[in-house]
Order: sequence, then C-alpha cells, then structure tokens
Amino acid sequence: MHPILNKTFAAIALSLITATASFAQAPQAAANAGANANMSTPDGLVKFVVEDVMNTIKSDKAIQSGDLRKVNALVDQKILPYSDFQKTTRLSMGRNWSKATPAQQALITQEFKTLLIRIYGGALAQVKDQKIQYKPFRASADDTDVIVRTVVVGKGEPIQLDYRLEKTGNAWRVYDINILGAWLVESYRNQFNDQVSKGGIDGLIQFLQQRNNSLANAK
Amino acid sequence: MMLNLINKIIIKKLLMFSVIVMTGCATTQQNERVARIDPFEPMNRVVFSFNEAADDYVIKPIAQAYKFVLPEFARTGVTNFFSNINDVLIAANNLLQGKPMEAANDIGRFLVNSTIGVLGLFDVATDIGLDKNREDFGQTLGVWGFSDGPYVVLPFFGASNVRDTVGFVVDVETDFMINTNKLNSDEKIAVNALRVINRRADLLDAGQLLEDAAFDKYSFVRDGYLQRRRNQVYDGNPPPVKEED
Repeated sequence: MHPILNKTFAAIALSLITATASFAQAPQAAANAGANANMSTPDGLVKFVVEDVMNTIKSDKAIQSGDLRKVNALVDQKILPYSDFQKTTRLSMGRNWSKATPAQQALITQEFKTLLIRIYGGALAQVKDQKIQYKPFRASADDTDVIVRTVVVGKGEPIQLDYRLEKTGNAWRVYDINILGAWLVESYRNQFNDQVSKGGIDGLIQFLQQRNNSLANAK
Repeated sequence: MMLNLINKIIIKKLLMFSVIVMTGCATTQQNERVARIDPFEPMNRVVFSFNEAADDYVIKPIAQAYKFVLPEFARTGVTNFFSNINDVLIAANNLLQGKPMEAANDIGRFLVNSTIGVLGLFDVATDIGLDKNREDFGQTLGVWGFSDGPYVVLPFFGASNVRDTVGFVVDVETDFMINTNKLNSDEKIAVNALRVINRRADLLDAGQLLEDAAFDKYSFVRDGYLQRRRNQVYDGNPPPVKEED
C-alpha cells in the first residue's frame, strides 16, 4: 500500500469529524437554525455546521465513546439538513442513475448514506482538540456551485478538507467533500459502475445491503 | 527512428494484450475512462494482490508489534526525525518548481527542528507557523508539464504512475538515509527498516476504514491515488474536472 494513499484514508477517519456524512437525502429541517444570517453564504453555512458539530461532540461523552445511535442522531439533526445526499449519490452513480427506478434510487441513496455513516461515524469520537482553518473564500454573487476550502489542524499533519456546495433556491447544500485531494463522488464513481456492470442495479442494491449488514454485525 | 517504431509496436501489442485479457475478464467493467488511465490493469491487479499479501503476512504484523511495544510519543519522535531530514529534499523540489518562498520555509523548518527540535525529534517548526510541505520529484515533473501516464502498481511500494515512478527513482537516488556514507550498509538497512515500519504503524487504523469503504479495493485505491496526486501537483487547487452528470 502506498503511504500517500494510506494517508488519505487515515485522514478520512479524522476528517469525518466535520464532514463525514455531510450529506442528506433531502433538506428537511433547514429552516430551524436559519436565524443565523451567515448561513445564506456557502462559507458561512459550512462554518456554522462544522462548529456546531464539533461543539456537540466535545460536550457529549456518548459520541466520544462511539455510540452509533448518538452518532446517527447527530448526523440527522446537524448535518443532513444542510446537505444534498441524493445529489451525492446521483453523481456517484453517473450514467447508471437513470437506469434505476425512482424507488431504486431512493433505496440506493439510503444504503449509501448508511454505509458512509457506519464507516465514518466511529471517527467522530476522534474529535478532540482539532482546529479548523477556513481558507479565503472567493466567489461571485451569481455563482451557484462553489468550493469552500478548509484545513483540519490537530496532531500530525494538517488535513485538507473541502466542501462543494450547490445553491438551490436560496439555500446552499453540501453535496461533495474532498479529503486530502480526493473527492468522494469521484472516488465512488468507478465503485458504483463496477457493481452495476456486474449485477445490474439490483446487484448494486444487494451489494450495499450486504456490506451494511456485515458492518453492523461486526460492531 | 527504427527503435522508436519497434517501441511503438511493442507498446501497441502490450495494450492489445491487456485489452484482450480484460474483455475476457467478466468481473472487470471496462469503460473508456479505465482503459485510458489503467491500460495495464490485469498486471497491476496481480502486483496489487502480491503487495496485499506481503503486507498481511509480513509488514503489518511487524508494524502492529512495533506499535504495541513503543509508546506514542516515541513513535511520533521517529516520524518527526525522518520527516525533518526529508524537508531538505522538499526544499529542493520547491526550488525546482519555482517556489523559493516555500523552499525558504522548508529550510527554516529544517534549521529550527534540527536545533531547538533536538535533531528533528520534535516538530517545533509547525508550532511557530512554518507549515510542513509535501513535495517530491514526481510532483516536480508534473509541475514541469509531464503528464502522469498510465497507472502502475509497483511491487512493495504500491500505487504509482509512470511519471511518479520516474520521480520515485530520483527520490530514492537523492535520499539521505539511503545514500549517506555516515552509515554502513547494515546500519542503513536497520534505519530504513525502522522508517518503513514506523510509517506503516502510523497508518494501521486507516486500514480497516479502507476495507469497509471500498467496493473494490484495487480501483478505490487507484482512483484515490490519481486524484490525490493531481491535487498535489496543483498544491491543493487543481482546475475543476468536468462533471459527467
């Protein structure tokens, strides 16, 4: 295994902290915290979500010890409302997305979300004294697709962690994250395509369900 | 001219061979993108499996024992020590890439850590704002305009591509710990073994995450590597890739 690559995945673990499952099936309760004026800008939104998640973890012993139920609740309440996880899944699926029925699409989105939360949820326990540096954000007023760049600074090497957001209506939603240079969507594109070409859409769904089951049993 | 022609024929034969092997392999989805970035996939997969086995049976168990025996602060010291020596090469690469300010930063790091940081055991430089850079000769070649070429999995060293393999050879040729005459050959083997095991120990926790996240570990590693290298060549700001939505 190439060290650089391994590093990427080491970093994924740490980064989960903030981004992890920065994804949602659909934006539901977004308005709740909308009182904060900053959230109308992409960089303001990322900053709000990241700080909120980190503060919650630091004050919750159960999450620090890796309580999966608590982790799920955190993701559902604090991250999903500001993410467009269906778009994440759709882009990861590429051309195969249109081969799936709407019901299959919903199922794939759900299973993919479960998988990512399972993989990265444990890493939330790693949040201790990391600090987030926000890089200068530049975008023109009429941009609807932007990248917010951050760096996670803690023990060891700093970790590049970027968020890609799209504006739908008046709200910004995260739909892709970049950890140490690798975008989630691009990393998964071939993974999805491979499964579909082996067993079709049904084969992919089966594969995701099996993977989630075996991960659930292993814990 | 003649040699060139023969070369081309050989390469074409090789490519055709790999295409034939791949189309014969039902489990491998062969789309255009993969054909372009990974024409040697069948061979690469063999080397990948070999590396996995070598890791499972030899390198990883040693790294686990090492991690068990050595307390964290000691392992951090080892990491910092090798990282500090490498800052000199990183500075050289930054110079070659036309980034003298970054090179100055790297030399500053080396001076601070070698003295105040007790021969590099402590990374004091980061604390005072001299950030660690990551450069190597493969990136320098990329900055000079060499394209990365097909993906290659090297025995023991893992993911690479044609450009980074050339870069890697230069990195090895210029590496202090491998080329110094201050150590005899036994000492060199010991020191570099420590370096490899320590590095592997740093990454132990990431291993399971990778297993869980990948549907197919080989292509997941490949796609992650290629993206990450491109990102490094552009120092974290690569031009966006067109979305194939």
